[in-house]
Amino acid sequence: MSTMTTLADSSKIASLVSELAGQINTAISANESTHPWAIVGIRSRGDLLAGRISEQLDSSVIEERLGVLDITLYRDDLSEITHQPVVRTTEIPFDIDGMNIVLVDDVLMSGRSIRAALQSLMDLGRPRRIWLAVLVDRGGRELPISADFVAVDLKSQQLDSDTIIDVHLTPLDEQDCITTHPKQKGPTK
Amino acid sequence: MTQAGLDYAWPHRDLLGLEDLSAQDIRFLLKTAHGFEDVSTRSIKKVPALRGRVVVNLFFEDSTRTRSSFTLAASRLSADILELTGKGSSVSKGETLTDTARNIEAMGVDLIVCRHAQSGAAKHLAHAINCSVINAGDGQHEHPTQGLLDIYTLCKRWNLMDTMDLTGKSVAIVGDIAHSRVARSNIHGLQKLGAKVILVGPPTLCPGTFRSLGCEVSHDLDDVLPRIDAINMLRIQFERMTSQFFPSVREYATLFGLTGQRIKKARPELLVMHPGPINRGVELDAAVADGPQSTILEQVTHGLAVRMAAMFLCLNAKNRE
Repeated sequence: MSTMTTLADSSKIASLVSELAGQINTAISANESTHPWAIVGIRSRGDLLAGRISEQLDSSVIEERLGVLDITLYRDDLSEITHQPVVRTTEIPFDIDGMNIVLVDDVLMSGRSIRAALQSLMDLGRPRRIWLAVLVDRGGRELPISADFVAVDLKSQQLDSDTIIDVHLTPLDEQDCITTHPKQKGPTK
Repeated sequence: MTQAGLDYAWPHRDLLGLEDLSAQDIRFLLKTAHGFEDVSTRSIKKVPALRGRVVVNLFFEDSTRTRSSFTLAASRLSADILELTGKGSSVSKGETLTDTARNIEAMGVDLIVCRHAQSGAAKHLAHAINCSVINAGDGQHEHPTQGLLDIYTLCKRWNLMDTMDLTGKSVAIVGDIAHSRVARSNIHGLQKLGAKVILVGPPTLCPGTFRSLGCEVSHDLDDVLPRIDAINMLRIQFERMTSQFFPSVREYATLFGLTGQRIKKARPELLVMHPGPINRGVELDAAVADGPQSTILEQVTHGLAVRMAAMFLCLNAKNRE
């Protein structure tokens, strides 16, 4: 607990968000605009991130297409987890068929959340292409998944699985920051 | 954990009645149901949450709505579902409820949804077997998922999904209160969330003893109508009446039926609920049942989401034991 370190403060996060938005804008202009774009964030911090990124995207392309995805029902560990899963609403008020979807999450690690999100999106329709944007890629993949847009890339640091990266975003958290701390040792591994 | 409420966990492996739940339990279940609601509106109406689980519908009484709602809810969660009825099964050969349930459980079942004419049947079952039990109606006792979907419908119509606090709201339940499990579940649930409950009916069907549950009891619908926010019109359950409780159906309809004329005495925003099936012309006029104040079809839609949430939470609680 005492070894918590801050990797980024709120002003740093603002510039990281702008960087992500810049990468996405480049991709949008490099791809023909015959297929519309939309941005979808994964609860409960990817949705906040998606909201902030969307403000800096080319509004004529993305229009008002901002969605929120709750992946609880698609998790692959539902029969194993020991805490209470909290089901929230999925709110994607547009048809995703044929769209370029930018999927947004805060931290990419094992890739299991993204797998769940992909399955959930496929059940909602058939997007033309799904892109992945993450604030932090901390490495440690357990599935063949990679991000298209990354603001902080920690893959080369080869962090061990006991190192936790937490993204804090307002209004869900008190302040914007990215912190790292060792995993608390519990009774189970 | 920075997010409030994450230290709460749904503690019940069985859902037997709203009397056993806390206000926090009810609110958590209804919030979970809100997350399930969109599953029914998308192109692929299925999520993998209960993949590989087995649910049995064990119904000893007739049912269309509740039974098909549970079946559909289970299949939308990707569970396998087995349909059993009292008629045509070993029950008609003299097997006891416990034996029937134990035999079903031995096939590797995770959840039994049970409807039975005997009050307390679901609780009896829950004690006798190890798998989860959801009460789909036991005699005159409780019908918890109906109570929950009624409250869910009110919260949605009143824009109270955030707080689910019904303080200041008055809800009347009208009709055969004495025989009604829907009434009992509604009474417990509504009061726990802060609402005032007024029971209305002839003295034979709505006895004053219900005051001990904290309800107001009235035998005059016209007196109650102007001061309520919602009204739940129960069906006259001819099949449960062993003797004559009122002189004639026509007299009952005149005194306690909600007609297009009578509803004018109520506030214009009054919500009209009915658990179905409706005896049209008895407790409800067609004009009211199909009018803009009626929530009857919404109740059916919400029933699916509420039942998905109930199955998901009970099986999850069992998992965590």
